[in-house]
Amino acid sequence: MKIEVPKEQIIYGKILSYGSKISILAMAIVFAVYISGVLPHYVDFEKVVELWGKNHHTFVEETGVPKGWEWVGLIGYADYLNLLLLAILAFLTIVCYIAILPVFAVKKDWVYLTITLIEIVVLLLAASGLITTGH
Amino acid sequence: MLEYAWWIWVLMLFVFTFFLGILAVMGGVGGAVLFTPIVGGFFPFHLDFVRGAGLFVALTGSLAAAPGLLMRGLANLRLAMPLALVASTSSIIGALIGLALPTWIIQTLLGIAILIITIIMIKSKRSEFPEVTKPDKISQILGIYGIYYEESSNKAVEWKVHRTLPSIFLFVLIGIIAGMFGLGAGWANVPVLNLVMGCPLKIAAGTSKFLLSITDTSAAFVYLNSGSVLPLITIPSVLGIMLGSFVGVRLLVKANPRVVRVIVIAILAFAGIRSLLKGLGIWV
Repeated sequence: MKIEVPKEQIIYGKILSYGSKISILAMAIVFAVYISGVLPHYVDFEKVVELWGKNHHTFVEETGVPKGWEWVGLIGYADYLNLLLLAILAFLTIVCYIAILPVFAVKKDWVYLTITLIEIVVLLLAASGLITTGH
Repeated sequence: MLEYAWWIWVLMLFVFTFFLGILAVMGGVGGAVLFTPIVGGFFPFHLDFVRGAGLFVALTGSLAAAPGLLMRGLANLRLAMPLALVASTSSIIGALIGLALPTWIIQTLLGIAILIITIIMIKSKRSEFPEVTKPDKISQILGIYGIYYEESSNKAVEWKVHRTLPSIFLFVLIGIIAGMFGLGAGWANVPVLNLVMGCPLKIAAGTSKFLLSITDTSAAFVYLNSGSVLPLITIPSVLGIMLGSFVGVRLLVKANPRVVRVIVIAILAFAGIRSLLKGLGIWV
């Protein structure tokens, strides 16, 4: 028995399928690079181990790692390359939402078009780094 | 805490999360609800980093499962999107609260939350095909209804929902808890979708799994931008759980689901008590 699945759902599913598989595979490879020491580390393993029992404020202060998106400038370091892949994984949902916008527009489904737009704004706001905790 | 070389901790985390992944699939729970309290209670990592990793564990598990569920019609986008908007917004608030509160309070509240989740898991009844006599106005305006193929009866099952407004309020709470404690929220999503809104169990479970990918994304960004995501903790955990889930799916057919569920509930209760006592400084 064949059940028809809405077009936007298929588009969303396909993007997630390719995106998550590629991201997870890349994550495994880049993590192997990280622990092998092929690329330099911004924060040494010893320092990470010393501070991973302390809260994130202490970690940020003592290692001098940037908050917000300033870390993107550090992707030459293996630890930040790994962080970039985690960020890409989190961005997949935003990509999917952008991809289904035209489908709702063509269908003139204004309610879901609005919901999609607001969700994109919420996720971009969360991703922007404007919402972080102070000390 | 014992002083091991960094790689021993990473290896232990990977092996541990691998078994957690097997257990989670077989017990029918998301990985993060087990990951956060257990790793937070028994590993030397600060709860900030465990919660950051927990969100990525939930996010990855959801991203891996969602495509199949969406394309087979077992997760419904129209049902998920309004609820996801509410939950993802409130999960940002939850993440900010979680990262701002003192550790002992978060650890104590996590213990209480896990014990409540354990009780919900023991007590909550599920209805395979809840009866919805009349869909409510909001669900009609949003066009939330659908049809899916039920393999066990070889029939197409039509479904609709009610009580959309109270469910939206419940999803505000679910989002805050997910962001605050770095938990997936399948344990709460499924009962609300199934028992409150009246979705068939399969649609509730599938849509819940998909919903997590949106709810946890916004909170994950807050943790990422706050410096609370350490690749050395997060990536072995994500890979371990993924690999474990993969094996768990294959073992599922051979396992006794009732026994596995009892084991999962016992572990959750133990992790909840440990977290509570650690937070109160009784068992540090």
